[in-house]
Amino acid sequence: MIHDFGIVWSERALLLSGFANTAILSALSAVVALLLGCILTPALMSKHQAVSGAARVFVDGMRCVPFLLLAYIVYYGLPSLGIRFDNWTSGLAALIIYNAAYMAEILRGAWVVQPREPIEAGVAFGFSEIKLFRRIILPPLLLSAGPVLGNQMIQIVKDSAFLTIIAIPELTHAASSIQSRHYVPFAAFITAVFLYWGLCLVIEAGVSSVGRVAEARR
Amino acid sequence: MSGGDIAAIFQGAIVTVTLSLIGILIGLPIGLGLALLRWANVPVLARIVALYVSVSRATPLVTLLLLLFFALPNIGVPVSPTSAAVLALVMNTSAFNCEVWRSALANFPKDQYEAAQSVGMRAGLRFRRIVLPQIVRVSLPGLVNEMSMLIKATPALAVVGVVDITRAAVRIGAQTYKPLPPFLVAIALYVPIVFVLVSLQRWIERRQLAAKVAA
Repeated sequence: MIHDFGIVWSERALLLSGFANTAILSALSAVVALLLGCILTPALMSKHQAVSGAARVFVDGMRCVPFLLLAYIVYYGLPSLGIRFDNWTSGLAALIIYNAAYMAEILRGAWVVQPREPIEAGVAFGFSEIKLFRRIILPPLLLSAGPVLGNQMIQIVKDSAFLTIIAIPELTHAASSIQSRHYVPFAAFITAVFLYWGLCLVIEAGVSSVGRVAEARR
Repeated sequence: MSGGDIAAIFQGAIVTVTLSLIGILIGLPIGLGLALLRWANVPVLARIVALYVSVSRATPLVTLLLLLFFALPNIGVPVSPTSAAVLALVMNTSAFNCEVWRSALANFPKDQYEAAQSVGMRAGLRFRRIVLPQIVRVSLPGLVNEMSMLIKATPALAVVGVVDITRAAVRIGAQTYKPLPPFLVAIALYVPIVFVLVSLQRWIERRQLAAKVAA
C-alpha cells in the first residue's frame, strides 16, 4: 500500500498539473458564470414579460438537464451544425453556460428577500436602472448569497470532473491515467479525492471570510 | 435515427430512473442515521461522520465511482458496474441528505423534546411521534432538491459502462454520425423527470410559506 502511494508520488507532476487544470477551469468558469448570472438576474426580475419569460426558460432548462449532457451537446452535437470547438473550449463553455443559470437563480432567490427600503430610496434619489442595480441592489445580494454561491462553486469543481470524459486533462483524468499506467487504483483515486476535498475546503474558507466582511458591514 | 434507437434511449431511461430510485431509497434512511449519530454526539462516531460527510460532499461522483470500481476488486471485493454505481450514488447522496437532516435536527425546538420527556415518553417513541414528523416536513424541500441533483449526476455512471440515457444517446450518435437527434431525445427525457422534482420542491416551499403566513 505504501509502495502504491510511492508510485503516485513519483507521478506527482502529472497529478499536480491535473489539479491545476481543475482549479483553473473551476475558478475561470465560476467568475464568468457569476458575471453572466449578474446580467441574467435583472432579466429574470424584469417587468417585461418577454424578457423575464425567455430568461426563465433558459434558467429552468439548464436546471433540468444534466451537466454532462450539455457538455456532450457542445462537444459532439454542435459540430454537426458547423460550430466546432476543441475540448477545452467546449468544456469551459459548457461549465460557464450551465452555471450562469444556477448563479442567476441563486441571486434571484436572494433578491426576493432583500429589504425594499434601500431600493426605493435609490429610486427616489433618481438612480438610473443600471446604476441602481450595480450600486444599490447587487452588493448586498452578493454578500447575502455568499454561502449559497460558495456551494455552487463546489458544485462547479465537481462538475468539472465530468470533463474527464471529453479528455480534458483535469484531476480525475490524471488519476485515471496514473491508475491505468501502474495499476494503483486506490492510491491514485484516493489522492485525487483528497485534493478535491482540499480545494473545497479552500472555497469554504473563502466564503466564510466573505461572510465576515458582510457581517462587519452590517 | 430509427425507432429502435429511440427505444434504446428509453431503455436507458429505465436504467437512469431505477438506479436513481434505488440510490434515493437507500440514501434517505442512511442520511438520517448519520445525522442522528451527529445529533446525539456519539463520541468517536460523530467525528468520523463529520469527516465522511465533508469529504464525500467534495468528491465528484465520477471520481468516487472510479475509486470504488477499480479499488474494491483490488482488495478482494468483486463489484459489477451496477453495484459500484449504486454504492457510489448511495455514498454521495447520503452525505448530502445527512446535512439536510442535520440542519432540521439542529433547529428542532428543544422545549418540545423536553415536554415529551416530562410526560414520560421513551426515546424511541419520542423520536417517532414528536421529532420525526416535524423534521420530515422541514427537510422535505432540501431532500427533493438533492433527489434532482442525484438524477443530474447519474450520467457519471457511464464511465464504468452503465448504459443510462446519456450513454445510450452518445452511442447512437456515434453509430449514425448524427449526434444531435439522440441528444434531443435525451433532453426530452431528462427535462420532465427533473422538472417534476423541481416543481414539487417549489410547491412544497410555497405551501409551507402559506401555512406559516396563516399561522
